[in-house]
Amino acid sequence: MTTDVKQIYLDYQATTPVDERVLEAMLPYFSDKCGNAASRNHKFGWDAEKATQSARETIASGLNAKAREIAFTSGATESNNLAILGVAKMYAAKGKHLITCSTEHKAVLDPMAALQNEGYEVTVLDVDSNGHVDLNELRNAIREDTVLVSLMMANNEIGTIHPVKAIGDICHDNGVLFHTDATQAVGKELIDVQEMNIDLLSGSAHKMYGPKGVGFLYVRRRNPRVRLEPIFHGGGHERGIRSGTLNVPGIVGMAKAFDICLAERDEDHQRISALRDSLQTQLAAELTHLSINGDENNRLACSLNISFAFVEGESMLMGMSGIAVSSGSACTSASLEPSYVLRAMGVGDDLAHSSIRFSLGRFTTQQEVNRAAELTISTVKRLRDMSPLYEMALEGIDLATVSWGTH
Amino acid sequence: MAYSDKVIDHYENPRNVGSLDKESSDVGTGVVGAPECGDVMKLQVQIEEGVIIDAKFKTFGCGSAIASSSLATEWLKGKTVEEATAIRNVDIVEELALPPVKIHCSVLAEDAIKQAISDYESKQNND
Repeated sequence: MTTDVKQIYLDYQATTPVDERVLEAMLPYFSDKCGNAASRNHKFGWDAEKATQSARETIASGLNAKAREIAFTSGATESNNLAILGVAKMYAAKGKHLITCSTEHKAVLDPMAALQNEGYEVTVLDVDSNGHVDLNELRNAIREDTVLVSLMMANNEIGTIHPVKAIGDICHDNGVLFHTDATQAVGKELIDVQEMNIDLLSGSAHKMYGPKGVGFLYVRRRNPRVRLEPIFHGGGHERGIRSGTLNVPGIVGMAKAFDICLAERDEDHQRISALRDSLQTQLAAELTHLSINGDENNRLACSLNISFAFVEGESMLMGMSGIAVSSGSACTSASLEPSYVLRAMGVGDDLAHSSIRFSLGRFTTQQEVNRAAELTISTVKRLRDMSPLYEMALEGIDLATVSWGTH
Repeated sequence: MAYSDKVIDHYENPRNVGSLDKESSDVGTGVVGAPECGDVMKLQVQIEEGVIIDAKFKTFGCGSAIASSSLATEWLKGKTVEEATAIRNVDIVEELALPPVKIHCSVLAEDAIKQAISDYESKQNND
């Protein structure tokens, strides 16, 4: 990125910069091609409609879906809400039971909780220490009145990739709809909604070098035909499931971004995972008491979530100023609750407070990785030197046996 | 979040990091907080004839927690036991310009001071 040279961006799982090629594709749709895709009687409208239709085809073909199965939204949060609330309400007569898991994004867990308040039942599956659900538990959780299983493709905090095809097969065999929040995976992992038996899939542009504020929901039209109760009413856009004027520049940008991701996927994947591995190796060579969070054998190439025992995450971030990363410690919020994802995986609250998520991307360089490793190492060493916990650990005291006061 | 200059200064140049001999009869040790809450402070004072002649800390916690304990040791040195126990968390909040979500850091520091002094006093009573 061409930002301040001192700043290093390693928070690509939070959001990505817009690729210049994407921005270029979008620009005409802010000005010269300003039409509303719903305007049927002039060229401006036709051009806008043509552009969104072409975008629909690009996105659909990247998922092995049909263009008419893609509905544009304002982002993955809306897509998840539309999928979950839309299915629950449309199929309420069939049943009011849904299944998800404890490490899902809040954009899945919160609509599920909202449904619970309305009398629906939700089974939240536990995950193991790598962030995986037990497929037998999933099978056993499916009931006569289950209408939807929602399990993410890849986790935003730890990068663990769920076995989506196996999950899709279970749902398909049991006649239950399967929604996957693929926000972190779209453009990075190969997705085939037919082969994977996915009925609904959420994606977002800004996680794949597209703009913020635009996303999509894939909704299967055949075998089975999935129907949704809309959330928004007002014009019947997107075949009635999502009213509202289409964000034409955003949609054009999202399609361009996805197209570039698909064309450059193998190179990006290889290069980014090599950089990620380099970061991990450099940290492990200099620091003891590290633990990697997530499934090391099956995680996103960009993702590295590490707990640095005996140092607190927020103080680490402060020491690593100039490096943009995320902390699993929520000391910044009033709740003092650390990451619920790490907690669900059985990571102790102490280690959850000590965790940092590094996420790399298309524009990350080896120099940036080296600099980030260097700063992380010096910060952890400095903070460990002033950590009473590290001192106790060196003295051989088992911190788990200490009786701590409360505050 | 934005940190005050004083918090940053204490974080970057912490005063009095280290440990005193916790077995020594003139040293009082206070350890407060818990790892699962994201804050543990260890604060130690060395006392001679009712005056704090040395103070050290080690802290696991956010920058504000580190700054609160660092500031506390700075303030403690040279104070009498009586003056030390009069230090209130609000004094620390004010000095470091801590935002509301970080007030608990100052509370921990006050608790650590009290605990360290009470540890010292109990050692004296046992002699």
